[in-house]
Amino acid sequence: MQEHSVESLAEKSILYMSGVSKSFDGFKAINNLSLFIKPGELRAIIGPNGAGKTTMMDLITGKLTPDTGEIYFRHDIDLTKHDEADIANLGIGRKFQKPTVIESLTVFENLELALQGKRGVFESLLFKLDTEGKQRIEEVFDIIGLGAKSAHAAGSLAHGEKQRLEIGVLLVQNPDLLLVDEPAAGMTDEETEQLSNLLKRIQGDHSVVVVEHDMEFIRSLDTEVTVLHEGSVLAGGTLEQVQQNERVVEVYLGR
Amino acid sequence: MKNGLINTLLKDDKASQRFILILMAVSILVPILNLLVPESWPIHVSTYTVTLLGKYLCFALLALAVDLIWGYCGILSLGHGAFFALGGYAMGMYLMRQIGDRGVYGNPELPDFMVFLNWQELPWYWYGFDNFGFAMLMVLLVPGLLAFVFGWFAFRSRVTGVYLSIITQAMTYALMLAFFRNEMGFGGNNGLTDFKDILGFDLQSDYTRCTLFFLTALSLALAYLACIGIVKSKLGRVLVAIRDAESRTRFMGYRVEHYKLFVFVFSAVLAGIAGAFYVPQVGIINPGEFTPINSIEIIIWVAIGGRGTLYGAVIGAILVNYGKTWFTGAFPELWLFMLGGLFVVATIYLPQGIKGLFDKWQSRQNTATPTAGA
Ligand SMILES: Nc1ncnc2c1ncn2[C@@H]1O[C@H](COP(=O)(O)OP(=O)(O)OP(=O)(O)O)[C@@H](O)[C@H]1O
Ligand SMILES: [Mg+2]
Repeated sequence: MQEHSVESLAEKSILYMSGVSKSFDGFKAINNLSLFIKPGELRAIIGPNGAGKTTMMDLITGKLTPDTGEIYFRHDIDLTKHDEADIANLGIGRKFQKPTVIESLTVFENLELALQGKRGVFESLLFKLDTEGKQRIEEVFDIIGLGAKSAHAAGSLAHGEKQRLEIGVLLVQNPDLLLVDEPAAGMTDEETEQLSNLLKRIQGDHSVVVVEHDMEFIRSLDTEVTVLHEGSVLAGGTLEQVQQNERVVEVYLGR
Repeated sequence: MKNGLINTLLKDDKASQRFILILMAVSILVPILNLLVPESWPIHVSTYTVTLLGKYLCFALLALAVDLIWGYCGILSLGHGAFFALGGYAMGMYLMRQIGDRGVYGNPELPDFMVFLNWQELPWYWYGFDNFGFAMLMVLLVPGLLAFVFGWFAFRSRVTGVYLSIITQAMTYALMLAFFRNEMGFGGNNGLTDFKDILGFDLQSDYTRCTLFFLTALSLALAYLACIGIVKSKLGRVLVAIRDAESRTRFMGYRVEHYKLFVFVFSAVLAGIAGAFYVPQVGIINPGEFTPINSIEIIIWVAIGGRGTLYGAVIGAILVNYGKTWFTGAFPELWLFMLGGLFVVATIYLPQGIKGLFDKWQSRQNTATPTAGA
């Protein structure tokens, strides 16, 4: 009975994490964490510094492997058996907490590198940008702006612009699941609002997991919130619900 | 077709166009000035100078190889001297076999040093080296294979940065110790020398010297074009991505280890070719070529010339080695200090090397005459 329900949960999820733990030198950064993301869902994750949010993303994307527990993508792909490049090609895109773009390449070249296609050494040597690819990049420019800075070195962008470019890199990749770590940091209010609209717009076609400290931003997403604390889920529900949860208040005030 | 390819490679790249032109001009002029101009004329280039220039071009090719991996992909190899030396040894073995029975001991089967060591027969790994084609294959294969095996383990285990640099130093040091041993069968600390001819041409003749010089310049030009082809393709942009943000590149779905392995092996093969041209021109190869300092010197050439530009590496290698020739003549004991000083000055004041100086000078010229075109 129990088993059956877990299985159906796994089947309904695009991302399924169950009983996942990860320690660093005995310190449990992730502690028996279970999390399910439905296809097309937009999920916000909050939690105090050191709650394990980034570590969770490291585990999903193959940067780290869990000590125990299961992580499945599209119910049958065991992510713990794949590395970062594999996982990216399976359809999981990631934005880092610290905006990470290829600084000495231009904005355009950053997006071009992310275009879907064969990733082999010799394919890259012979690669020629086709009209389809150009179109895709144009589409993404329409979404993230920055079109005017297409030929600028990515390293010359402002912090918020780098955030937008990195989101653009994700969009070009067109992954089924986007993991977005603190995207609003360093963005102007206007940029933040645009970002929130963007994430709301792409849910449905994509599943999105977004980690953020900015509560206004989370509120604007208007979606289910999961609170992480000391490596496991502390509470879940709407933002109002979790904000009224006593333990959540304690955790946030107690620090 | 071929011209078309070269044209697209060099399109909108003034610096490279100029570089290739100068190189080709030098490769033709120097032999002419040596062979056709009488010695009494002031513009005559002596055979000694031809050989010296040929040696510089070998170093330039080696620097190019290092710049490709360090400048573009961030792989700081401090062991590239090893690939250079291995290519040199492969060529040296062929040249030894060419000596035949003209050695001091007159043994038609064995090189002198083996006779001296009382060896009865040729070790198996010397088989085939009397064939030029086979030896040239080994010039490419031996460094390439070593780089492949080394890179396979290092890049898969994600050894990067200082750790990678240290193990490359260890690699060249270990090879040096091995090649110093007489039992290895490569001539011990004397190495391979006393070469007579190559493909039947007398190595001492001016014509052979000039041909070697010309071929070295030609290889440098071809290698340069190949490197340009790599760095201007998307492959080159992936390399830069790996240099700037390795993690990001992985999360874009690129297998970083494959890219590093490819470019590392390619670079090692170029280094091997450089070594193969070096040996017949200088007339000797010995285990000293494996010394870790040599590999560090290459890095200094590239840094002084300007990392990540390819032609900067070539300029750096030529200028520093010219300086070395001059300095070791005038104040031999000061050279290492001089080199270290240059490196410090370059890193502090010229982060983009001599190439950066050119750029500054050029942009100043451009701003000085803004209305010229209008
Ligand atoms: N590689 C590592 N080695 C040791 N400890 C680590 C490592 N990575 C993370 N940690 C620790 O694990 C805990 C969780 O870190 P994590 O970065 O996942 O937190 P976070 O929720 O993303 O915090 P923030 O909101 O500050 O980004 C922290 O205490 C951190 O110090
Ligand atoms: Mg974090």
